[in-house]
This record gives sequence, C-alpha cells and structure tokens, in this order.
Amino acid sequence: MEIVVLVKQVPDTESLIQIAGDGISIKTDDLKWVVNPYDEFAVEEALRIKEAKGGTVTIISMGPAKTVEAIRTALAMGADKGIHISDPAAEGSDSLGIAKLLAAAVKKIPFDLIIAGMRAVDGDNYQVASGVAELLGIPQITQVIKQEISDKKIRCHQVVEGGIAVVEADLPVLFTAQRGLNEPRYASLPGIMKAKKKLLETKTAADLGVDPQVVGTKNRKVKITSLKLPPARKSVTMIKGEDPANLAADLIKKLHEEAKVI
Amino acid sequence: MGQGIFVITEQREGAFRKVSYEALSEGRRLADSKQSRLTAIILGSGADALAAPLEKYGPDTVLTADDASLAEYTTDAYTTVIAEAVKKQNPELIIIGASIIGKDLSARLAARLDAGLAMDCVAIRIENNEFIFTRPIYGGKILSEVKVEGTPKIVAIRPNVFSIAEAPRSTTSEKLAVSPGPAKTKVVEKKLESAEKIELTEADVIISGGRGTGGKFELIEELAKALNGAVGASRTAVDEGWRPHSDQVGQTGKVVSPILYIACGISGAIQHLAGMSTSKYIVAINKDAEAPIFQKADYGVVGDLFQVLPAIINEVKKLK
Repeated sequence: MEIVVLVKQVPDTESLIQIAGDGISIKTDDLKWVVNPYDEFAVEEALRIKEAKGGTVTIISMGPAKTVEAIRTALAMGADKGIHISDPAAEGSDSLGIAKLLAAAVKKIPFDLIIAGMRAVDGDNYQVASGVAELLGIPQITQVIKQEISDKKIRCHQVVEGGIAVVEADLPVLFTAQRGLNEPRYASLPGIMKAKKKLLETKTAADLGVDPQVVGTKNRKVKITSLKLPPARKSVTMIKGEDPANLAADLIKKLHEEAKVI
Repeated sequence: MGQGIFVITEQREGAFRKVSYEALSEGRRLADSKQSRLTAIILGSGADALAAPLEKYGPDTVLTADDASLAEYTTDAYTTVIAEAVKKQNPELIIIGASIIGKDLSARLAARLDAGLAMDCVAIRIENNEFIFTRPIYGGKILSEVKVEGTPKIVAIRPNVFSIAEAPRSTTSEKLAVSPGPAKTKVVEKKLESAEKIELTEADVIISGGRGTGGKFELIEELAKALNGAVGASRTAVDEGWRPHSDQVGQTGKVVSPILYIACGISGAIQHLAGMSTSKYIVAINKDAEAPIFQKADYGVVGDLFQVLPAIINEVKKLK
C-alpha cells in the first residue's frame, strides 16, 4: 500500500495571533509552529495501515524553510520519506494554488491512498484536500473517524450532521481525518534519530511542472483585503452574591429581561 | 462575467436544513442590491416535489435535479450536476451552506470549476459593486475580509449566523437535466441519531461543560433540555472521555454561533474561546473568579456549578 499524507505546519492552537503591519498577514516571529492537529491523525492512520498491510508512507508538505520541521516530525513518528515543496514564488498561494502544487507532487509518485487532515487550523479553508482529489480525479471522503481497507476497496465512517454515513469507494481514494479517528503517537527518541537520515526531497513549482501563473500571492483567486480582530465584547456583568438561588434568579432575570434570549 | 445568484440547498428526506433558508435569505438580499436574479437548486430523489417551502424566501426560479442517483449525497454526483448547471447559466455567485456536506461539496465544486471559494463566511457585503466576504480564521481569533476574483465566485456560509427573512414572490420552476455519471462513492449505511437531537452548529442554545464538571454532565443535560438546547464540551472533557468527540467546541472541534452559550466549569483556554466567541450572549459559571472565560463572557457567575445549575434549572422552569 503506497500512502501519501498531506501535512501543513501551523501555529500552535494556544498561540495568540496578532495582525502584522501590512494589515493582511499575521506576525509570525514569536509563534510556536506545530504539525496541524488534524494532520497528526492522518499521519497516525497512515502508519497503522502500513503496519497492518505493509507499504510506504510519504509525507508531502508545502511551505517555507521551517516546514521541514513538520515533515521531520512525521518522519520521526514513522513515515518513510518526505517531499517538501519549497518555492518563494509559490508562497502565499490560496487553497486552489496549493492543491495544484500538492496534486502535481502526488502525480509523480505511486499512490493507493492519500490522507489529509479535514482542515488546517490556521486558514480554516477545508479546501486543499478536496482540490487535490479533484485534480487527481479520485474520490474524496471527508471527515472520517474510522476506515477499513480490503481488496482495493475502502469503507469509511464519515461524520455527517446528526450521525455517521458509511461510505465505500474503490482505491485510490483521498480521505480526510476528523478527531476521533485515532490517538496519534509521539515520536520516540530513536524515531527522531532515524528521521534525520530519511529521504527528504525539496521541489519547486517548476520541478513539479506547475504553471507559475496559477500559484503565489498574486495569482490568488481568494484575495485577502484586510485582517481584523473580532469586535471586542462589552465588559462582563458579574452576578453578585453567595446564595446559589439568588445568583440563579438574578442571572435568569437578566437573560430574560435584559438580553431577551430566554 | 456571470450574472445572477445560485443557492444550493440541502435537504434530508424532504426537510431542508435551516442554513438553506439562511442562504436563500442572504441570496435574496444580495440579488436585490445587485438587481439580479436568485435561483435555488434542489438535488435529490423526488426533488421536483420539494420546491414549495423555499418559495417564501424569494427565489425567482427553483431548479430541481430529481433523480434516484441523487437520493443520498455523494460528492461526485452532486458536484457534476451542479457544475453542469453553473456552466449553462453562468451565475456570478454561488451560495452554499457550510454544513459538513456543504463544505465537502463547495470545496470539490470550486476545484472542478477552477473558481475561488470563500469558506465558512459570517458576513457578506457589497462595496463598489464587489462582494466582500468576512471569514473567521485561526478558529475565530482573526476575521479575514476577502474578495474572490473571476466568476463564478463561491461562498459557503456558516450555519446559524445569517438571518432568515421571508420575501415571497412568484417563483418559476425548471428541471435540470441529470447525468451524474458512474458513482465513485456509495453510501452503504447511515447511522443517524434521532431527529430530536439538536446539532451543535445549528443550536440556538448551547450548554457546555469542562474540567469543572468532573465528568458529571447530568445537570448540563437537564438545563440543555429545559432550554431546548444542545450540550457541548471543552477539549478536556472530551480528552477525559466524558463526552464524545462530536461534542467538542473549540479551534480543534466545532465552531459554534448560538444565541446563548453557557460555559460551565470551563476555564477558557484560548483554543476553546476561539470556537465560541461568535455566540451572541455568553454566560460563564466558574468557581475561579480569575478564570479567563470571564473576559469573554457577557454575564459571569462565580460559584459551584453543582449548586448554581440546579437553581438555574429551577428558575428556567418557572418561566415556562
């Protein structure tokens, strides 16, 4: 089984995000960078499938130089090799641009299965994985919490509103990992040592044969015009007192008469 | 340059999702300011018979794709049918509700049409005749305003954010030719909770519990029932195994926008706050007066939730 995992490096979710001086990007200096949490589920699932069925797990990630850390983390967990798409001219691509780069990289290697996180927790676009599946002409199954593979067929439990849909498709397939799929392992010390020696290739858009006119900030179809902080809330009204019955009566009165929400 | 606005509706056994009405209402508002036409699209088996409930939200036309192969949502068949309709009619804007299915569909459709998609938007405005879409990023820590180049432009709107307004008008119906091609995926089974369970992303009221519950959610469930709301949970409560993953609210869980969010025994980690900060009213109940949740709340109660919640339930029952 040849498995490809799409990984993105993102700011840790406990980070305070601040807007940079240009008003359309964020300050990146003091951020702690991690593997997108949903991509960790994807890496873990790929490793479990490989452990059960054999094969190789290839990590593909696009981003600036520091993205190598995220790829090395996945290699330390147990993935076999990595491809880093690194190209200043492709930086700032939107979801479709990134999907074009990733799909081009996948096309150059054998694959039976592609796994990605169901979304990246920075841009919250939910788009790149579906774009890759479309560009490769393969089925997508998003938000998966369980999968079984047998005889070149995959059966996935997909989260839908109000429950679960069980969806089947023939491989090759792309599915996206939702929380609940698994509990990702930590990289072991020997794993970290081994990861340093694993193959990690670097590719540019030109290496992948991607038209420079479809990637990069200036070719975005979705153009950011400004970033803002969410409007500040009015300061909190503390309900004063000690007696639970009085606190409750006061709160419900305010919700009923002042906020008019119950 | 496209013209007109498409709204892709979502229905399950003939019942439309609330976000479909929200999308139609927003579509009507935008079509009026652009002086263009609003078209609603229904896909499904028996879709032809489903147009009536949509009419009062003001589509000029309802397009139906009625075919047995569309009985269950599958990414490829739905994308193919909608992409064909888009190519024929060349709309300027396509609005889709950002439900789980809507996210899956809009992302695939955008790639199929090589079109820009503004995902999970919370506001749309028109400035110099251009659409400006507002979308939360970093789990809501930042609001990003975006323009979409070219047509069609696709926007997926966050459920529970846009208001529903009735605007009945005379609506014409048309049928879409359906040739979805061979199915690439097949829904073999559905395990749905009872229709009574309220989906977190669509709930008007959410009562959430965190570490402070110690895993005891009975009072939270009782208050949720009394207020006809849904139960949510912090990451801690989910990691401890007290609640299912599907209940988690936060940057790595569901992002919710109810009218009323009551956080019980939740200290307010930054990634939790990111998932609920667009709630209209936030109430925090916590033993610790210094908990960061109080900085995001509209109303705060410092107290033991096991004493305060029974009293609140009692007060709510008095109102009914």
